[in-house]
Amino acid sequence: MRFERREHRSIALVIATPLIAIGAALALAGVLTAVAGAPVLEAYWLILKSAFGSRLSATETLTRATPLILTGLAAAVAFRARLWNIGAEGQLYLGAITVAWASSQFLGDLPGLVQIPLLLLLGALAGMTLLLVPLWMRLRFTVDEVVTTLLLNFVAVLLVSMLIDTVLKDPMAFGWPQSQPVADAAMLPKLLARSRLHLGLGIAVVLAIVLAFVQSRTVFGMQSRAAGLNPEGAVFAGVPLKGTLVIVACISGGLAGLAGAVEVMGVQGYVTTELSPGFGYSGIVVAMLANLNPLGVVLAALFTATMFVGADGMSRSLGIPSYIADVIVALSLLTMLVAVFFTQYRIRR
Amino acid sequence: MSKPVLEIVGVSKRFGTTVANDKISLSLAQGEIIALLGENGAGKTTLMSILFGHYVADEGQILVDGQELPQGKPRAAIRAGIGMVHQHFALAPNLTVLENVITGTQSLWSPKLRRSDARTKLLTISERFGLKVDPDARLGDLSVGEQQRVEILKALYNEARILVFDEPTAVLTQTESERLFATLKDMAAQGLSLIFISHKLDEVMSAADRVIVLRGGRHVAERRTSETSKAELAELMVGRTVTRPVREPSTPGDVVLEAAAVTIRSDGIDRLKAVDFRLHAGEVLGIIGVSGNGQHVLAQLLSGTRSKTAGDLLLYGKAVDKLSVADVVSAGIGRIPEDRNKEGAIGEMAIWENAILERVKAFSRGGLVDRKAAVAFTQTIIDRFDVRGGSPTSRIRLLSGGNMQKLIFGRNLINRQRILLAAQPARGLDEGAVAAVHERILEAKRQGTAVLLISEDLDEVMALADRIQAIVGGRLSPAISAEEASARKLGLMMAGEWTSEVPHAV
Repeated sequence: MRFERREHRSIALVIATPLIAIGAALALAGVLTAVAGAPVLEAYWLILKSAFGSRLSATETLTRATPLILTGLAAAVAFRARLWNIGAEGQLYLGAITVAWASSQFLGDLPGLVQIPLLLLLGALAGMTLLLVPLWMRLRFTVDEVVTTLLLNFVAVLLVSMLIDTVLKDPMAFGWPQSQPVADAAMLPKLLARSRLHLGLGIAVVLAIVLAFVQSRTVFGMQSRAAGLNPEGAVFAGVPLKGTLVIVACISGGLAGLAGAVEVMGVQGYVTTELSPGFGYSGIVVAMLANLNPLGVVLAALFTATMFVGADGMSRSLGIPSYIADVIVALSLLTMLVAVFFTQYRIRR
Repeated sequence: MSKPVLEIVGVSKRFGTTVANDKISLSLAQGEIIALLGENGAGKTTLMSILFGHYVADEGQILVDGQELPQGKPRAAIRAGIGMVHQHFALAPNLTVLENVITGTQSLWSPKLRRSDARTKLLTISERFGLKVDPDARLGDLSVGEQQRVEILKALYNEARILVFDEPTAVLTQTESERLFATLKDMAAQGLSLIFISHKLDEVMSAADRVIVLRGGRHVAERRTSETSKAELAELMVGRTVTRPVREPSTPGDVVLEAAAVTIRSDGIDRLKAVDFRLHAGEVLGIIGVSGNGQHVLAQLLSGTRSKTAGDLLLYGKAVDKLSVADVVSAGIGRIPEDRNKEGAIGEMAIWENAILERVKAFSRGGLVDRKAAVAFTQTIIDRFDVRGGSPTSRIRLLSGGNMQKLIFGRNLINRQRILLAAQPARGLDEGAVAAVHERILEAKRQGTAVLLISEDLDEVMALADRIQAIVGGRLSPAISAEEASARKLGLMMAGEWTSEVPHAV
């Protein structure tokens, strides 16, 4: 048995791939659910119901999807140019703490219309900075950015942990390590009254559309794709490799930083070390599920959020651990990788 | 001759709908050298992979000494005495020669390597066939020719009686090739049977006793070399008469590009050492040399991907210090890169994207790519340069080597260029595509383009170049005219022997 590259990929195949992958992941996770002693179909029905069954749950799911879209885009943009940014988690925290710091210390009195854009920009800049360091080390000393971005996650989270226990500690929080809150004027407007759903979702979706356009239509999109696919060929064609990577890093780190900023300004209002249940890492899964397509990222983030929110409700009803959501998301990444392989190759005997 | 040691009977192999081998039969006698001649994709390598157990044939059988060889088992092939000398050596550069040779011959579980027996055996073999090599040298320190000797020794160490050489001269210099053929004849005289795969007519004629011509997976002809000619073989191989175009003398125009004592240093090594050349409009200047002697760096310099360390470069009479790719492209310099797949194309991108990537500024406005204009431009290239096998929107990876090269020529020559840099333009192409590429180069010259042709193929340089310089160890010889050039003289120049004959002009 051997594998041959497919010469053509039909559109139907490209669309069917993630659906088949997710179906396979659900089937595999169903075995585990059955082993845990719960009726499989009912469990999945409950997941769906808990994620979309009511106005409250549906807005919760969309709220959860918001940072995932942003970190998913961060990973998708970087991976497409073969820049392995595994550090979205750290960039997210740095963006979050920067926003909390700026708003609580000196921007808090500005009106929302001025303050919000300024804070979003600062959050994005913080994320960018954290990614430019490893990129510089790669370009200057050829240090593998997989290692450096990954390790910087711990540095960033520990830095945040220190700040919220010292200089930025909220004196009103009964001794809990949590940052001083952002000003009320800094909170993002709600999209729906009586819900947590905020403007961040709109920002994320618009950015996904903008990125899709940039990647498919602009000179920069074409050059960054070339740089990722074949660096030597790109250099020969005059693509400024370093410059392209720097821009890609700014976009990627900026998006991850923005995810942190949006999460603080949209949901919590302050920073704790529980701000992100691994949004940065889940973003990688989201990007891969979307096959690095910006618009696909929106759908993949929605799927992932559905699983996480829905599994919580399902586990309450059926008494099986909500970790099943992690299993399903992880399995769908694996099945997606296998499925993508089969869109590129066919089996020959 | 005696009874056959190897018979291949009616072997067929299909990959999907393509028939790689179609009922091919051949036989090999003891002490005989046969050549498998054919273009790329004719099925030579597939056939040998079946022989060596890498593939299983759909039909047919292989007999060694009249015994059927089980298929799909490389170990069985080795045990039956079949040895393979790969084009890309299957050796480990960080091990010594001796270690490379004995790898795989001793059990993994034996407590220690029996080096001394192995050394004696290796030295005996190398003595017997005149394949001199130091058993303790680290393989990575050896020249390519020496590494090939190790590959041959390894096969002989495994008691091979039937040796297959896959394009053995592709990586060798002229002198190394001649030495290899002497060794082959010696081996045959001592009773070994040899098959070598080639698409070069000269070496087939000089080294083989018998030639089997494959075309499109079929065995189309079999000739004794004593009863055929290069012309006949070429026609059999291609299936029609192909004549490569040859230069006509011409009067060159002004100097468009001049290098004076240009040096390029990287990692503390001088890759180019004070080279001088002058390139005139309407001429082809050939730079001949065995690869790895600095031609890659020279090509990079003129492509705008590397800058010089010292010396002067004059483009259209003006001194230039640093050239970027954008400078080069806008200065009207067309570039045919040495490696089509690595530098010349981005396989996963569309043909139209590959066609415009190096001049994307001309096909964009305000940072947005003008896709419509780009696709139209690409369609014109496809039509005018006869690129087959793809539309502007299909991925370029789908094109054959020859068609990809046509596209690369097309994107450079569709608008007249003042200078054309062509690095190894015909490498790896089959006969028909070579002729097409050569015609394009001569056509550009007739239109007044100055062509710098970097090549390691003597025939190519002699057919196209008006003046020739050799590149050896980063140095360039003085130019000789095409009329002065002979294979022998160029061979000497490529070996670095020009200083005694011609004083080095500064």
